[in-house]
Amino acid sequence: MNDVILRTEAVGKNFGKFCALSDITASFPRGALTSIIGPNGAGKSTYFNLISGAFPPSAGKIVFEDRDITGTAQHHYAKLGIAKSFQITTVFPQISTLENVRIAVQALVSRYNIWRPRATMPELVEKAGELLNIVGLWNRRDRIAGTLAHGEQRALEIAMALASRPRLLLLDEPTAGMSPEETRAMMELIVKLAGERTVILVEHKMKLVMGISDRLLVLHHGELLAEGTPDEIRRNETVKRVYLGQREH
Amino acid sequence: MLPQAFVATCKRHRVVLSIAFLIIFPLLMPFKAIAVNILIYGLFALGFNLMFGTLGLLSFGHAALFGGGAYACGIAIVHYGAPWWAGVLGGTIGGMCIAALIGALAIRTRGIYFAMVTLALSQCVYFVAYQATAWTGGENGLRGIELTRISAFGLSINFVDPLTRYYVVAAFVALALFALSRILASPFGAVLEAVRENEARARACGYDVRATRFMAFVISGGFCGLAGALQALHLSIVPIETLYYQTSGLVVMMALLGGMGTFFGPFIGAGVFLLLENLVSLWTVHWQLFVGAAFVACVLFFPRGIWGTLLMGRAR
Repeated sequence: MNDVILRTEAVGKNFGKFCALSDITASFPRGALTSIIGPNGAGKSTYFNLISGAFPPSAGKIVFEDRDITGTAQHHYAKLGIAKSFQITTVFPQISTLENVRIAVQALVSRYNIWRPRATMPELVEKAGELLNIVGLWNRRDRIAGTLAHGEQRALEIAMALASRPRLLLLDEPTAGMSPEETRAMMELIVKLAGERTVILVEHKMKLVMGISDRLLVLHHGELLAEGTPDEIRRNETVKRVYLGQREH
Repeated sequence: MLPQAFVATCKRHRVVLSIAFLIIFPLLMPFKAIAVNILIYGLFALGFNLMFGTLGLLSFGHAALFGGGAYACGIAIVHYGAPWWAGVLGGTIGGMCIAALIGALAIRTRGIYFAMVTLALSQCVYFVAYQATAWTGGENGLRGIELTRISAFGLSINFVDPLTRYYVVAAFVALALFALSRILASPFGAVLEAVRENEARARACGYDVRATRFMAFVISGGFCGLAGALQALHLSIVPIETLYYQTSGLVVMMALLGGMGTFFGPFIGAGVFLLLENLVSLWTVHWQLFVGAAFVACVLFFPRGIWGTLLMGRAR
């Protein structure tokens, strides 16, 4: 297989007259952890939403494993092999933690069966339990998801994303709003997950991702400013000017 | 509110208890016809609650599904001389077909827009029925659904006897309850909850939110259509008011009164509403005032509804 898992060809996005993103051509190598960074309003989230299928681009093409997926409906992404976690925590708040993941696992197997009792599918519960173990939430399995701590809900979201056995995992600011301790745990989890699959991470705090990323993409004012290894980015004069010169977060 | 151990015991034996209740229920009521009414409206509210309570979409057009089922059943019997069971089947399918038509347009919207679109489309159905007098009898209603005896499995039953009539209706209601409990316990039932809880996450998991909603609306139409068909058999006439938007409002009230999103809540709501209506109208023509006050009090003090409040505190 190709060693590029995802690439975008001259994608752009306009919201009315406002151009949020223009002409981004970039490719993401398979197996690598690539971080998309940039100051506030750089277009990171817009770019993330385009590659994760939240909305279609105004221009350009998105290619996943040599297949044009531009404009594919969101619910097909799980089957394609792409999963994501949202910037704002997105779980099923009134359902138990285990059932949250079980529902995510079920999507691969059964979506419209209205007659078979769920109780006859224990393998889904088992799989959900395994995923909770990976993200360290097994002892929280019976808690209602909405009552979990913020960091735990984010981890739960990642467990749900993993349920579709994605080859590409997209994470939008997974540490947003987290305490330093939760952030550290989350970064460890991300490094662990990146060992087994391709991960693309959107992050506002550059310091966090410098140490763990294989590659970095820097966006600024809706344009691709630079891309390369963390060392190359660190040495890049333009990046220094627009990004590192700012107050560090 | 109820002791946990008691609730747990009831839950374990829910099938036996439900059947036992359906058997003795008419004997507890002041007269048999009201027991039949409660079952029919309870079934209607049950179908409505699948959209409202389980999926979280407030439809204001369910009269079209209920009335559509009633007309489909009546037309099959009056115009085509269909046997009673074919009328019931036709009513169920009729409810589903109208739900498919309305649903195809309405499921794109949500919240207040969904309520308004369903209301508008159901009023369209009302006016079509109003105009198509040759088929529906127009404002006089569809007359001539007279069943004195019905036969099934080689057995001929006197359908005029109120108690027999009740048990025929109760048999269908029991089947519908069984079907609904299967649906709620199925993988699809879990998807309904997921879509209600968080659409974006359901989509990211790989569920087609629109298709799920559409399917739920059609299933809801099946339950409401069945209720409508039973209503047609019970009344021997389909009044045009069955399709009017007041009927849609009525079912919203019943579901809220009983407890949205609970399994038996819609039946409790329908029962309380119809009993109040019947008892209060015995001594005043202004019964709506009292039923309305009871409804307002219920919404203010028991937002989970009667059944929902009784079950409160029970772990989900």
